[in-house]
Amino acid sequence: MSRLSEKLDLLKNSGRKALIPFVTAGDPNPGFTVPLMHAMVEAGADIIELGMPFSDPMADGPVIQKASERALLHRTTVRDVIAMVASFRETDQTTPVVLMGYLNPVECMGYRIFSDLAGKAGIDGLLTVDMPPEEAGDFIPLLKQSGIDPIFLLAPNSTEARIKKVSAMASGYLYYVSLKGITGAGHLDLKSVEEKLGQIKSITSLPVGVGFGVKSGETAAAIGKLADGVVVGSALVSKIADNLEQPQVAHQEIVELLSVMREAMDKNGEEQ
Amino acid sequence: MSYNLPDENGHFGTYGGVFVAETLMLPLDELKEAYETQMRNPEFLAELDADLQNYVGRPSPLYHAERWSRELGGAQIYLKREDLNHTGAHKVNNCIGQALLAKQMGKKRIIAETGAGQHGVATATVAARLGLECVVYMGAEDIQRQAQNVYRMKLLGAKVVAVEAGSRTLKDALNEALRDWVTNVDDTFYIIGTVAGPHPYPAMVRDFQAIIGREAREQIQKQAGRLPDALIACVGGGSNAIGLFYPFIDDESVQMFGVEAAGDGIETGRHAAPLCAGRPGVLHGNRTYLMEDDNGGIIETHSISAGLDYPGVGPEHAWLKDSGRAEYVNITDKEALEGFHALTKIEGIIPALESSHALAYAMKKAPTMRSDELLLVNLSGRGDKDMHTVAELEGIEW
Ligand SMILES: Cc1ncc(COP(=O)(O)O)c(C=O)c1O
Repeated sequence: MSRLSEKLDLLKNSGRKALIPFVTAGDPNPGFTVPLMHAMVEAGADIIELGMPFSDPMADGPVIQKASERALLHRTTVRDVIAMVASFRETDQTTPVVLMGYLNPVECMGYRIFSDLAGKAGIDGLLTVDMPPEEAGDFIPLLKQSGIDPIFLLAPNSTEARIKKVSAMASGYLYYVSLKGITGAGHLDLKSVEEKLGQIKSITSLPVGVGFGVKSGETAAAIGKLADGVVVGSALVSKIADNLEQPQVAHQEIVELLSVMREAMDKNGEEQ
Repeated sequence: MSYNLPDENGHFGTYGGVFVAETLMLPLDELKEAYETQMRNPEFLAELDADLQNYVGRPSPLYHAERWSRELGGAQIYLKREDLNHTGAHKVNNCIGQALLAKQMGKKRIIAETGAGQHGVATATVAARLGLECVVYMGAEDIQRQAQNVYRMKLLGAKVVAVEAGSRTLKDALNEALRDWVTNVDDTFYIIGTVAGPHPYPAMVRDFQAIIGREAREQIQKQAGRLPDALIACVGGGSNAIGLFYPFIDDESVQMFGVEAAGDGIETGRHAAPLCAGRPGVLHGNRTYLMEDDNGGIIETHSISAGLDYPGVGPEHAWLKDSGRAEYVNITDKEALEGFHALTKIEGIIPALESSHALAYAMKKAPTMRSDELLLVNLSGRGDKDMHTVAELEGIEW
């Protein structure tokens, strides 16, 4: 069983929900990322999504676009991101790490080389936003050989047929995008999230993480009631943007926000 | 026609496809279905034809540039006069088609990206005529160098949004338009201005632009009695080129040359020639040749002409290149300016800087051909929008 499935099973059995922070690797500088990963785990993160910076982040809002730009100023490459995870793994062998980004930098490296190196570094999942399962036929077997779960998105307008197709090709978990839009956008419509998750759950037994629109302890708890995992990205990354002169403050504020979310999500469990 | 690409999933060999986030999968499916249905609907086709005739002014003439041909001392050069279309370029052919489709699909809001501003102007024009809300995304850098087109779009009632991200040019405008589309999929139709983007755009835009080649094929046979020996067109995203090439693909005797922007010269790295100097990758929804660094980051392009300043190219061109059916060459800024002046002085036609790349290649190619050979060049647009750029480069005040 993959580290991801193991972790998600464990959480499920203990009635807890996965807290899944996203940060862009190399933002605001390469040395910032690995210590932050450890600190996020300490603050209650169950799985870490690590963004691979790209020049043209088409599905991201301004906050994560800028994070990508900052990381690229330091020439953070996919190989660098893989090396960061390898370094993280030296002292943490249990927290799953998922790389998230766009296909071109991965394709440029080569599917086989990527799968090989990422697998060896202890990377557990890959989510390339602009690679739907239809275009992933050559890649998925290579990922699986290296023990990497291919993670795919579902959206509010995914039809039943697509949910079937996507969940048949995905493993680890599914990432449900809570709204039509880009990262960092708008407000959560909990009612529609609940309805759509009901539909997804009736089709697949894969765990579902929900992202987009999680900004606070309150929203994290609300999503935690509905989904198996809560993904938070822009709200964390904006702490970096707000404290560019003092990365240590950003580090601290990210840890604090995650702790608040963890606590709020765990309260859900106690109420039940 | 025996040529039948793309396949049903939008692939031209290994190129093309649908590389987008999940939220766009359904709208792309709906678009594909609407497109396929309407292209079989006689009423839709009749409306499209009537608009192209009476609003755009088609067919555009095929003009034998006799004086220029004589001066170059080789092949007979024929110019397909897309510069004479309403709004001044080939872009409108595609906009008319997609806007009618938007209307059929009940979409109230139109968005577009633009580089030179020609596609933005054409989109704003058809949106005005159909009474649709229109938002055009344009790189902040392009807004500066194409100020006149920005003003035209505003006059036409479009909202022009300056894109400050990345290199502040066409690729960034495309990113921003995609972000808008993902956010407003329910009521918004995205009119992509070239044969790029996810399937069905490359095929759909080609089909709307193929009127260029269909007309030209008939016109040259009428005027010169036979098919041309070679075709030349500039390639930005590749829509005017594929529009000309497509109806000739099965005519094996007809050579096809796509002309990319070499900017300061391929060897300087400051250019916009992915087919000549790039490699395959994935950007903006499809797999094609790209300009990228060693780590898969998209690199900034350079060209004197904003309309060619794009690091990717339509996937069908990638396929035509690999298969050898078409050949891709490049022309520097300096050579393009020579083409610009030559046509202006000798034929009294002021071409767009984009089209000047095709003309400059014709100036190289024609003298290597016999005087009874025929060279058909796509004059994709007129140069009014470029007056400032050219005057400034040459130190002329006005
Ligand atoms: C006159 C003209 N020609 C050519 C182009 C390049 O586009 P494409 O390669 O899609 O024809 C443009 C783009 O703005 C243009 O305005």
